[in-house]
Order: sequence, then C-alpha cells, then structure tokens
Amino acid sequence: MLIRTLSLMRKEFLHILRDRRTLAVMFLMPIIQLVLMGYAATTDIEHLRTAVLDRDKSPASRELLDAYRASNYFELAFYVESEGEMEYLVDAGDARAGLIIPVGYGREVASGGQAQVAFVIDGSDPSVANTVLSASQSVGQAHSLRILERAAGIKPDDMPGVQVRPRVWYNPEMKTSNFMIPGIMGIILYFLTALFTAMAIVRERERGTIEQLIVTPIQPLELIVGKVVPYAFIAFFDVLEVLAIGVFWFGVPINGSLGLLLGLAVLFLITSLGIGIFISSAANTQQEAMLLTFLILMPSIFLGGFFFPIEAMPRWLQVFTYVIPLRYMLVVIRGIILKGVGITVLYEEVVAMMVFGTAIMLLAAIRFRKRLE
Amino acid sequence: MSEERENVIVTENLTRRFKKVTAVKGLNLTVRQGEVFGLVGPDGAGKTTTIRMLCTIMDPTEGSARVAGFDTVAESKQIKRRIGYMAQRFNLYDDLSVLENLDFFADVFQVPRRVRKRRKERLLQFARLAEFRQRRAAHLSGGMQKKLALACTLIHQPEIVFLDEPTTGVDPVSRREFWDILTELHLQGITIFVSTPYMDEAERCSRVGLMYRGRMIVYGAPDRIKGLVAGELLELRTANPRRAEEVIGQSEGVLETQTYGDLLRVFVDSVTRRQDSLQETLAAAGIEVIGLRQTRPRMEEAFISLIRRQMEGAKGQPAESER
Repeated sequence: MLIRTLSLMRKEFLHILRDRRTLAVMFLMPIIQLVLMGYAATTDIEHLRTAVLDRDKSPASRELLDAYRASNYFELAFYVESEGEMEYLVDAGDARAGLIIPVGYGREVASGGQAQVAFVIDGSDPSVANTVLSASQSVGQAHSLRILERAAGIKPDDMPGVQVRPRVWYNPEMKTSNFMIPGIMGIILYFLTALFTAMAIVRERERGTIEQLIVTPIQPLELIVGKVVPYAFIAFFDVLEVLAIGVFWFGVPINGSLGLLLGLAVLFLITSLGIGIFISSAANTQQEAMLLTFLILMPSIFLGGFFFPIEAMPRWLQVFTYVIPLRYMLVVIRGIILKGVGITVLYEEVVAMMVFGTAIMLLAAIRFRKRLE
Repeated sequence: MSEERENVIVTENLTRRFKKVTAVKGLNLTVRQGEVFGLVGPDGAGKTTTIRMLCTIMDPTEGSARVAGFDTVAESKQIKRRIGYMAQRFNLYDDLSVLENLDFFADVFQVPRRVRKRRKERLLQFARLAEFRQRRAAHLSGGMQKKLALACTLIHQPEIVFLDEPTTGVDPVSRREFWDILTELHLQGITIFVSTPYMDEAERCSRVGLMYRGRMIVYGAPDRIKGLVAGELLELRTANPRRAEEVIGQSEGVLETQTYGDLLRVFVDSVTRRQDSLQETLAAAGIEVIGLRQTRPRMEEAFISLIRRQMEGAKGQPAESER
C-alpha cells in the first residue's frame, strides 16, 4: 500500500522534473505574481504630477507651492498660464491634479482674510482621487496653521480645540505591499495548487494512462494521495518562496508565529487540493481543467477579500463570501503576518477551514472514485 | 482434445449498453487455460468493450464474466493481480524511460526485489529493448512502444494477458516480431486473449471468435471456422474482376463472390462440376481469364462470407464451437 503510493509520488516528481516548462511556471509564477502585485497594485500616492496655475505670483503664493512640493505627494510638474492649458494637461493624463491660485491670494493672506485656492483632481480612479483629495486638504490645512501661527503669534498646540492624533496599527506606514503580499500567499496556496493538481490528474486521463493504472492493484485513495502530495510540497515551497521575498525584498514584517502560519497553510492546502481533485473529476482535457479552475476560483479572488474589502460589499454579496474558503485563509495570513495574532483570535477561521477542507476533500474523493469506475 | 483444460475466462450473456448503443450483446464465451484466443472483427464490433469488461475496467450492464475463477465485478481485486492488460493506445508514460516505466509497474505490482532485477533483464531481452533501456518512451518507434507496453504488462507474471489490437498501426516487420514474442508467451503456458482486425493474425490463434456489431457470430478453431463456409473456392485472375462478378454472379452453382484487388473469389457448390462452364461463360462475355484455379478458403474469405450471412439475417443463432 505504502510502496504503491510512494512509487506514484516518485513517478509524479519525475514528470514534474522532465517537464521544464511546467517546472518554470511552478517556481517562477509566484515570483512574477508577487513582484507585479507588490509594485504595481499599489494605491500609495507619491509624486503625483500636478499642473500649477499661479495667477498671483506673490511671495505668499510661492510659499504655498513650496508647502505642496515639500509634502512629497505632489510633483509640481507643469506651470501653466491659463485654465485651458491646465484642462488640456489633465485631459491628456499628463497631469493628475491641478492647483489654481487666484489673483489677490497674497493680499488676502496678508490682510488676515480667508484666501481661497482651487484644487482640481482627476477623479477617474476613485482610490487615487481619494488619497489626493485628503492629501491636498491636509497640506492646505497645515499651511494655514503656519500662517495663523505667524500672524497671531500662538503655537497651534496652545490653541483650544480637538486634536486628533491618529495611530496606525499593524502597518504604520500604510504600505500597500504589506497588505498585498500576504494576500498573494493565500492566492498561491489556493489557485496554483488547485490548478496543478487538477492538471496532473487530468493528464493521466487525457493520455489514457489512467486506464492502465485501473488494471493495477492501485486503490483510488492511493492514486489520489500519490498524485496530490507532490503538488502539496510544491505549493508549500512556493509559499516559503513568497514569504522570503516578501520579508527580505519588500520588507514585510512577520509579527506572529511563523510555525502557526505554515501549519495553517498546510490545513488550507487540504481545501485547495480537494478543489483540484474535484475539478479533475469533471474535466476530460487539461484545457478544460484550466478553464474550470479559472471559472471556479475567479469569484473567490474577488469575493474572498483579496482586492476589495468584504466590509465594503453590499450585504447580500457578503453572505456569499462565507462559502469562499479563501476568505478565512486571508484573514489568517494577514492576521498572523501583520497583526501578530495567535490561534485564540483565529480559531473561528481555523474551524471554518477544517470544515471546508474535510467536506471538499471527501466530496472530491467520492466523485473521483465514482469517475474511475 | 486430449487433455482437459480449465476454463479461465467464462462469460455469460455479457452485455454492455451505452447511452445510445449496445456495444456488446449477450456474449457467451469460454477460453481455456493456455489458449491464444483471437477476437476478430471490424472496427466498432465491440472488441475493445469486451476486453475492458474482462479486465474489470468497465462493468457489464447485464450478464457476468469470470476471469481466472473470479467475478469481474465483485472480485476485481483478485483478477487485477492475475492479468495483464495492454490497451490499443500507448498507455504508458512517454516522459519516462523504458526502465522507469518497467520499474513503476514493478513497484505497483509489488514485484519482490530479489526477482525484480532478473525479471526486468529477461523482459528487456525478450522484448528486444535491452539497448534502449535509458531511452524515453516518447522517442521509441511505434513497434518498440508496443513491445515496451507488453513488457510492462508481463512484469508481474500474469496468468492471462489481454491485448487490444496490439499490432494496429505497426509496420509488418514489427508485427511479425510481436507475434513471435506472443508465441513464446504461449509456449510458456500463458493464456493470451488478443483482439485484431488482421485475418492473418487470426490464423495464428488456437481459437478465434468473430464479433460483428456487438455479437459473437461464430467462434472456434480457425480450421473449423473456415469449414463453415459452404462450397468450394475458385480464384479467378482477370483484368476486370467487377465485370466478371456481374457475369458469373448469377450463374448456376455459384454461391458467393468476393472481389479482392484483381482477383475474384468464387464460391461454388462443386469445383469439378462448375469450373469449365464458368470458363465458357466468361469467354462468351469476352472477359479474358488470366488464371482460374481452386484454392483453400482462408480466414479472410470465411469471415467476409460469415459477416455477409449475418447482415442478410440468414442465421440468427451464432454457430457453436466444437464440443
């Protein structure tokens, strides 16, 4: 029994080693995904190209511009002479924001009145626009406090009023990569594992070799274990790979227990391997398996909380997210890596993953067995 | 039969229905230990389905079969250890080498370590693959792939081997070589159940069964089957066999005609009585006769004749094998 399973595993490793292209995909895909997501999928705003229309051209207006420049959010890339010119730059996408300082701004500031400036924001990407909006306001507010300080001679701290001092926990610099990289670990465990498993099993069917295996004393359970365990190893290796790059390259801190993280990753693997086996029992060709995997796992990526926060979804949609196993794993991964929480906080997710894992694996095994007969 | 041998394959009303077609209809068949049993028939006759049922890959929808004394549905485990199966398509791993394929199946069948090495060597010699042991299966010729597949099915020393069209798509030289190997196996006392579309291969079997449209039309020793064809056979060589067929097809005493390239095979009730009159008829019609001689019917003519009879619905019941 053990010999048969082991020889199936050895055979599978040989297949993997012989197929250079698949081998490359298995080990490079996580890296590519990680680098792409880590760098590209970020809503952190820095050096946003901004057009400036300074109609005042006074020392005061230059001071305001310096304040914006110093904030690092904005790069004052264009100095224009008319609103039409600014509009053109924003239309063309050369500038994403525009600052208009009207005539008389300096005079108004000097006389202690309310000086007004206009800030134009390209709102086509709401997440960028949101950040720009608050950045433009906070730079303006900080600057007006400084003006006040100079005019009235009081320090802002001595003024009456409410002062909100935000403290950002877990990800104090609010780096998107800190949020995305743990998520990618979840996606790899989920998506790649299911895909590789399904393809490996379907390959035997496509090539007709499964028929030869049926005439041997190999039992369905041995076949499943023998086919699937090698891919579990690879998925696990991929996770370590992503984790290493995340920590050493992107500087993601692992605040919680690494052992717990890896242990729960193994638990989650049961679910994704189960999904892979399930898909393999429905597909006849590797192409079908690939399409089915995308079809089944695509909604998970959107509803599981990888890109968009579940809390922001409409209620009726949130209900569906509970049947998506990835959801729980993402909470677990982000919880351990970013928040450093332990099993006492995550036990609900762990129980959910156990339930899903067992159910999916059982269902898949039954279907697989039926399909063999 | 001088010696009484055990029946190693027995089917009873073995039937397999698919959604739209019935691939095998009420098969009753016995194969004795040590026989080379040939399952012959055109494509789509139900040969592969029959073999699959006997190898426990597929369950019958009706009837039953016993292989090596075990029921194919209830006791498939016991059967799997005792049989070898070679599918029509190359069913091994083409990214693995000859040796790796052999090793994998040796592992799976748990061939003991101490006999494994010797057995592998013997099979490699036997299959004429010894010098290609490191080569990947994908880089073997079609004939060599078949021999590798055969070697893999023999690694656990099965009592019965099932070969589904092992020589289809193989060049004539490899085909002959493959049958030489089968003969060696036969001499070792292994029961061989082989399907083939080739009639010359059918001649080499101890007994053959002719399948047509899911039914076993007839089965028995090749000589007996050839004897089932009524009349005697004349072989006519002529420039225009089709016209000749038209001219003499309806002549008195002509039972059946079959064209075969530039040959026309004519079954008559008696050669001595008809040969001269046929020659006259042909001469009268202006057909040049290059040659006309009596010949023994081969399996080929016998099968065509039997299938024709079946198509015409002349005989409902399959002929019995020798008792």
